Amino acid sequence: MAQSSAFTCLRVLTGLVLTVTWGPLAAKADPSSASVAVDFAHEVRPILSRHCFACHGPDPAHRKAGFRIDIKEGAFATLDEGKGAIVPGKPEASEVFARITHADVDERMPPKETGKALSTSEVQTLRRWIAEGAPWSGHWSFEPIKRPSPPHPVNPELIRNPIDNFVQASARSVGLTPAPQAAPAVLLRRLSLDLVGLLPAQSDVDDFVAHPSDANYRRYVDRYLNSAAYGERWARVWLDLARYADTKGFEKDQVRTIWRYRDWLISALNQDMPFDRFSTEQLAGDLLPNATQDQILATAFHRNTMTNDEGGTDDEEFRVAAVKDRVDVTMQVWMGLTAGCAKCHDHKYDPITQVDYYRLFAFFNQTQDADRWDDAPLAAMPTNPQRAQLAKLQADELSLKRKLVAQAKQTPDFLAWRTRLRRTLSRDYAATAAAGLLRPIVRGSWHRTGPYARKGERAFDVAFEPQNAPFDPKRVFDGGQTRWNERAAWKDGAEVRFGDDRAEVVWYAGRTFEVSSRRRVAFSVRTGVALAVWIDGVLQPRTDPVAFEFDGEWLPGVHSIVLKLADNDAKETFVFDWRADDVGTEPVQVAARLLAPQQDGTDESDVAARFFSVFDPEGSDERRPDVPFVNARATLQKLRRIRAEREAADAAVARIPILKDLTAPARRKTFLHARGDFLSPGAEVQPGTPSAFFPSRGEGNRLTLARWLFDPRNPLTARVAVNRMWAQMFGRGLVETEEDFGAQGTPASHPMLLDWLASEFVRQRWSPKALCRTIVLSHTYRQASEASRQGIERDRYNVWLTRGPRFRMEGEMVRDNALLVAGLLSPKIGGPSVMPMQPEGIWRSVYSGVKWETSPGEDRHRRSLYTFVKRTSPYPSMTTFDAPSREVCTIRRFRSNTPLQALVTLNDPVFTEAAQGLARCMLTLNLGVSQRVAQGFEWTTARAPLPDELNTLVALFRRRLAYFRKHQKEAASAATQPLGALPPGEDAAELAAYTVVGSVLLNLDEFLTKG
Amino acid sequence: MPTLPKRNHTTIDPDQARTMRRLWLLSRRDLGGLGAMAMASFVPRTLRADAPARRGFGRAKNVIFLHMAGAPSQLDLWDHKPTLNRLDGSECPKQLLEGKRFAFIRGVPRMLGSKFKFAQYGQSGAWLSDLLPNFASVVDDVAIVKSMHTDEFNHAPGQLMTLTGRSQFGGASLGSWLSYGLGETGKNLPAFVVLLSGGKTPDGGKSLWGNGFLPSVHQGVECRNTGDPILFLGNPEGVSRETRRDALDVVGRLNRNTAVRTLDGESEARIAQYELAFRMQTAVPDAVNIAAEPKHILDLYGAVPGFATASESADDPRTLFRGTDARFANNCLLARRLVENGVRFVQLFDWGWDHHGATPGESIDQTLPIKAQQIDRAVTGLLKDLKQRGLLDETLVVWASEFGRTPMQQNAQTQRFIGRDHHPHAFTIWMAGGGIRGGQTYGETDEIGYYPVKNPMHVRDLQATILHLAGFDPWRFSYPFSGLDQRLIGPDDSKVRLHEELLG
Repeated sequence: MAQSSAFTCLRVLTGLVLTVTWGPLAAKADPSSASVAVDFAHEVRPILSRHCFACHGPDPAHRKAGFRIDIKEGAFATLDEGKGAIVPGKPEASEVFARITHADVDERMPPKETGKALSTSEVQTLRRWIAEGAPWSGHWSFEPIKRPSPPHPVNPELIRNPIDNFVQASARSVGLTPAPQAAPAVLLRRLSLDLVGLLPAQSDVDDFVAHPSDANYRRYVDRYLNSAAYGERWARVWLDLARYADTKGFEKDQVRTIWRYRDWLISALNQDMPFDRFSTEQLAGDLLPNATQDQILATAFHRNTMTNDEGGTDDEEFRVAAVKDRVDVTMQVWMGLTAGCAKCHDHKYDPITQVDYYRLFAFFNQTQDADRWDDAPLAAMPTNPQRAQLAKLQADELSLKRKLVAQAKQTPDFLAWRTRLRRTLSRDYAATAAAGLLRPIVRGSWHRTGPYARKGERAFDVAFEPQNAPFDPKRVFDGGQTRWNERAAWKDGAEVRFGDDRAEVVWYAGRTFEVSSRRRVAFSVRTGVALAVWIDGVLQPRTDPVAFEFDGEWLPGVHSIVLKLADNDAKETFVFDWRADDVGTEPVQVAARLLAPQQDGTDESDVAARFFSVFDPEGSDERRPDVPFVNARATLQKLRRIRAEREAADAAVARIPILKDLTAPARRKTFLHARGDFLSPGAEVQPGTPSAFFPSRGEGNRLTLARWLFDPRNPLTARVAVNRMWAQMFGRGLVETEEDFGAQGTPASHPMLLDWLASEFVRQRWSPKALCRTIVLSHTYRQASEASRQGIERDRYNVWLTRGPRFRMEGEMVRDNALLVAGLLSPKIGGPSVMPMQPEGIWRSVYSGVKWETSPGEDRHRRSLYTFVKRTSPYPSMTTFDAPSREVCTIRRFRSNTPLQALVTLNDPVFTEAAQGLARCMLTLNLGVSQRVAQGFEWTTARAPLPDELNTLVALFRRRLAYFRKHQKEAASAATQPLGALPPGEDAAELAAYTVVGSVLLNLDEFLTKG
Repeated sequence: MPTLPKRNHTTIDPDQARTMRRLWLLSRRDLGGLGAMAMASFVPRTLRADAPARRGFGRAKNVIFLHMAGAPSQLDLWDHKPTLNRLDGSECPKQLLEGKRFAFIRGVPRMLGSKFKFAQYGQSGAWLSDLLPNFASVVDDVAIVKSMHTDEFNHAPGQLMTLTGRSQFGGASLGSWLSYGLGETGKNLPAFVVLLSGGKTPDGGKSLWGNGFLPSVHQGVECRNTGDPILFLGNPEGVSRETRRDALDVVGRLNRNTAVRTLDGESEARIAQYELAFRMQTAVPDAVNIAAEPKHILDLYGAVPGFATASESADDPRTLFRGTDARFANNCLLARRLVENGVRFVQLFDWGWDHHGATPGESIDQTLPIKAQQIDRAVTGLLKDLKQRGLLDETLVVWASEFGRTPMQQNAQTQRFIGRDHHPHAFTIWMAGGGIRGGQTYGETDEIGYYPVKNPMHVRDLQATILHLAGFDPWRFSYPFSGLDQRLIGPDDSKVRLHEELLG
């Protein structure tokens, strides 16, 4: 039979009998359809969908013989020959039945080439269905959600809430009985892992074992739901849906700053933001009336699409790709439908036409983002501490300004000066200007020269002629071959594409500045690849290879700037920002303030500062310490410092990509894309929802779509959401294909329960925590997970839920808990992504100089949802544990079981460090070997070891101790690499032996598994 | 009633199909809680989801796919165009530019003939440029396809298109499809191994060997040049093989208790996986140790065990490329060893073929000869070595790239080095072994090499060919995901053709 192979397990499924209990029976077992009749929605329609819809379904382009069987009108139509396709009650008279049972295999439907032949039992099901009158209904998940009443309990003592009524009634119909409640320690461990993703504290386990009452269980449920770690655990799940990553994807895969979205997510989950609001803010927070900063931040959900910075790409192509991704993800996450196929043609199985697709596309087609390298539009998203800090600095700044003005006003000289100056200025502005006092700096237009490259060398490293000299537009180079060309269209503050179609070259840009009086000048330049700056012919020192900031004084005269700009891919840009304004040194501003009408709230502090800096009698402070000038000097200094601090704080604020619609005149028209190709526009379409469902209402923007998703008539949103949460806890959704509730998805194993949960979710005002609570309070959830032989034979995969869930934790949880039991896990919540230890040489992306540098301090031991995600090179150990690369939305992760995973938990330095940490935790206990090992076992599994287990582990410890005593060098490495030096006075051999035990504990099936 | 288009595949026995179908459905829907992965680890390979499309092994038991990331110039290596040489320096005809999108070319470029000498070799009379002197000796084993074309003209989407069948992310890679379908491997190695050279990961990133929607067990395993050949293969410092064995015995014993108590098949499987991991720790270093090869074999490939170069870690390795760089040669030799050890699909990527001519470090005249030298002896050696070991018949070797390069010069005529832009409309690949009819040149391009004029072959056709040779029906080899039967060759039957002429 099976080949024993490296990447499949050696065991082979014996006895395929189990399978007969599932499938068609699922529906019958459910009390909703407990009649003997064939259930169309759950038994017949899936057969038709799988075998017939591809050629006889919703897509007219691929429809064969003009016949369709996905809708009632088609299925019961009278065919050309006068025969009925399906004649209710008469299989023999039905042409469809005749064709599927045709004696000639070449005539039999479906055609054998399709590989979709019907099985005997499927044919029988269809026959019975027709014989029973061929009752017809729509696809089950498109039917409205009705709140079913829970069936009568079988064992009232095993009923905790209605979930159990449904589950136990189904189980009984297939002859299975529920398991008893799990042992307290096991249950608390399961609860803690599900709700917060972390193992319970030892003291909590002890407490719950001592007091395993329902009341105490509920107390823990509430405690975990209110723990801040809850938000982290569930954010991890949502981040897969959001395709969250810290880079932009594609070839260049440059860093993207978007972690504030993750902060928002954690906080929204912790506040138990109702799912409708949670969703609306992510889809259209920017369109809500008076949108708050957080609501705008939420829209970064759909800015996790990829941006292609690869050279020579068409930005519109990838803008369109991003918008399509938003359509697909929205339909998949909220509706459980795969809309993607309708990009090119009408969906073959589900009622989404190509027009429907582009109507959905139109909702998303108005955002400003356009595959730009800077990911614009961005918005500053200060964290709460940053916001507080900024507010404080702004308040301090304001009060210092007020103080300065007050101090000025106490100085009679000031009022006289101000009056005099204002009079002078108003009387003879022109004269003043002519005197140079008011003349603004004259900024000459940009000039460009290039491109430059040299054989065998990186162009940027080569000194070409235009550099090291002041800019002079008349200068020529290369013996007159190259000259400065004016680029008057290059605007300050805007992104400028400086090159042309040549890649791997450098360009120079230069301009002049005419200054009429000594001035403070500030400007910044930033670009994508490399930059050098000369001011007046002098190369400026820099720390940042792609950005330069200048802040200094210029004397009267003509100054110049020359920039050297590298363009590797023929699409590089730069931005020049000019800021020549500063308190006290900018006469133009001061004059403007003085001349401005008084009632406009002009900031007089500028005027005051100007006064003090001009008239301050230097050196007078010692003799006359009480004069306002002296006090003002201190105030001015303070003001400058605070302003610098405020500017620094401002600069530290993350600017993250958000959704923002174009203003009315710039709106795009949306056209159907023939064959999905954006270069082949078809008919124009207007925003709208799929026509097979009820219509949307509103002005046709993203908010309209969000409201449609949460309209009480929407049959899918609540079902899809509750199913997802169920799947997280039970390892499998009630609908196994969490990503597909359409015709091709698996039918629900417990359709009534699914509907009850969906209606309950809505009734509880879409509260995720309430839903979570309902699930974990059920007996179904609390059952013991050990299977009996009979249980395995009858229901190997626990479809009927007569055991508690048991499955391997997701990779992130494995790592988090290894760090936790090692005493290393950082409790810090939120913030920028971090880089835990990763082997050398993993990141070798094209054109990206970004390096993996292990985060310092506690940041290398943060929970895994904070690990930096580079799309082209995701964190390898998590990938081994089935984590996706976040290039696309992942609704459901597979759970694999491979030797590579064993290598991670045995050898990855992260886990080695954890084993060493665990060893040190054991060693700090003032106990004997056996008790220490027992304690370590309890930390990792939440139960005391059996005597045999303990003996085995202690024997291992003793053998290793003896070995390490003889191999001190190995002992020293095993105990300290990479965690660090031995604690003072500890014995390396002993610690190394505990480390081996620690590693064993972290590799126990019981540790890796939520049981 | 409808009839389906005739296709170049054989059908399987309908009864068998029904059985397979039932098992397939069962695998898909009925195995409940553990999902599809449980299938991968529990259900016998022959009863797997893909069973309806299986025909057992095809001619190719193994595949070695050599991908030149960046897209080499077919016009300077394979596709001899005397007319283009005559037109060298003249303005490109307008009709070739109208309605076309180029990555970098703007305005009216000039035609660029090849600077390299072409001649015919072997009994088959295959044309080769003088950049490939060694390869001339194996042309009679090779089918050179000059009429390849694709839909994409940027690297990342182009590579994704070639290797995952779609230009967006999320698809399953060719190797993962074959791992999924073939399954059987040597005892201690993964089915799908990836080898990199050139100093950079290819533009499309690790998705090029990702599992996409297939179970993650099928993702390609990167075999690294430095450090552990497979990540985390080596024991931590201070943990000897003896210590590890002792610890794993305890892990196994305790896990056995768990499996017995819970009757959880996954726990049972985990015990086996730990033992396998332990065996891999010695088996993999043995398999990848090319230093164990005799000198004449090393010389055959131009392999140099332990070869290291500064370009390995350089931010931009291109300026450090040397013709004597042995990393690709080492990987070719390694590929043969892996295949011998039961690896089914070996994917090589060699980076540094993007010769736009923007700098001498990425030009046709300066860099292409260096890159050609790096691969010429290596691929020749690989074919000869496979043949002398009797492995070529069952090992399909594919040399390809994501697209080709334009007959026009991309950069300014005044520059002292030359380059070509990306060209999706025509490029050249070759295949050998594993059921390919060697000694032929297939397909033709027009006089300047702009479009195929005979037997155009889309990258989907190439995928279909590879699947076919590996024993799968490309049209029916599918995996249910997101409500569709996903296929490597894409959803549209009419776009795919199997080119019988290439098959032996």
